[in-house]
Amino acid sequence: MASSSSYNSPCAACKFLRRKCMPGCIFAPYFPPEEPQKFANVHKIFGASNVTKLLNDILPHQREDAVNSLAYEAEARVRDPVYGCVGAITFLQRQVDRLQKELDAANADLIRYACNEIPSGLPHMSSIQPITPPQRSIDHYPNRRIGDIDGGGGGGGGFYQSPPSFPYPYANHHQWNPSGSGGNLGGGGGGQGNM
Amino acid sequence: MNRFHKLDKMTSTRCAVCKYFRRRCPPDCIFAPYFPNNDPQKFTCVHRFYGASNIGKMLEEMSVHLRADAVDSLYYEAKCRIQDPVYGCVGIISSLHQQIQIAQSQLAKAQAELSFLDANLAAAEPTPSHSEPLVQPNGAVDHGLDDPLNTWFY
Repeated sequence: MASSSSYNSPCAACKFLRRKCMPGCIFAPYFPPEEPQKFANVHKIFGASNVTKLLNDILPHQREDAVNSLAYEAEARVRDPVYGCVGAITFLQRQVDRLQKELDAANADLIRYACNEIPSGLPHMSSIQPITPPQRSIDHYPNRRIGDIDGGGGGGGGFYQSPPSFPYPYANHHQWNPSGSGGNLGGGGGGQGNM
Repeated sequence: MNRFHKLDKMTSTRCAVCKYFRRRCPPDCIFAPYFPNNDPQKFTCVHRFYGASNIGKMLEEMSVHLRADAVDSLYYEAKCRIQDPVYGCVGIISSLHQQIQIAQSQLAKAQAELSFLDANLAAAEPTPSHSEPLVQPNGAVDHGLDDPLNTWFY
């Protein structure tokens, strides 16, 4: 994460803004010159001054993650100007709901086996336990209860509370890959930050 | 009186954006349909991260019937960013990915267990041919393969 300004090479932000990249440039550690598109997207959606304000309000050790998440959101918004990241959230939420239903159905079958409604021929049925689903709200994610953002959203089932009253934009189309390029911040990816 | 009446009319019909910038709200204001003056927080929240001119450009570039959804999604993302300045709504996406992985793994386990139980159920059911021992022509009783006296396989 070397500052590109120390090598007399302007960072992507200063290059884009056509200004001299000064030592201590707030963008330099996070917008290397090899990734011009990253800043271009962020600038298009958020604007340089808004990003500066945001970074100044965050502790230095969190700035890299913050920039990466902004870059991710900006790329999502460039790809889908109407829904941006919210489209991805809606899509993933539907997947979670679907998996929840399948898991509930499988657990119901296991319970029936355990209660001997369906004789299994096995001698010890008490050892069969339904697979407990993940907790039904994102309590481990204390600041991100989606339903709390609007003081109570829709939907009570599933692993978390649904975002409030958003249409499902991906009923007919979906090309957004949340764990694709642009920071690789998906749950399975590594990314630059530790999320 | 007429002048004050006109001023009142102008101020009371300004959208939240024009009210924020203390300017006249024209009849064709691009923000007016989506930022009503009775919800000033919506614009201040969105403006904090995106800026009015960026929002205006985004709205201009899309069809009119999509703008309301676009503004709502921008508002949602801005609220997420206020709650979590580092990760914003990307944190939610990451959490959803993790939940999907956990759920898929648990579903696979449950389905494997069900398959195992189904297979055992099928194996444990007695077949009709072995339900009653067969009586051989010589009078001996054939209890099937489990019969130690059954020597057909020798």
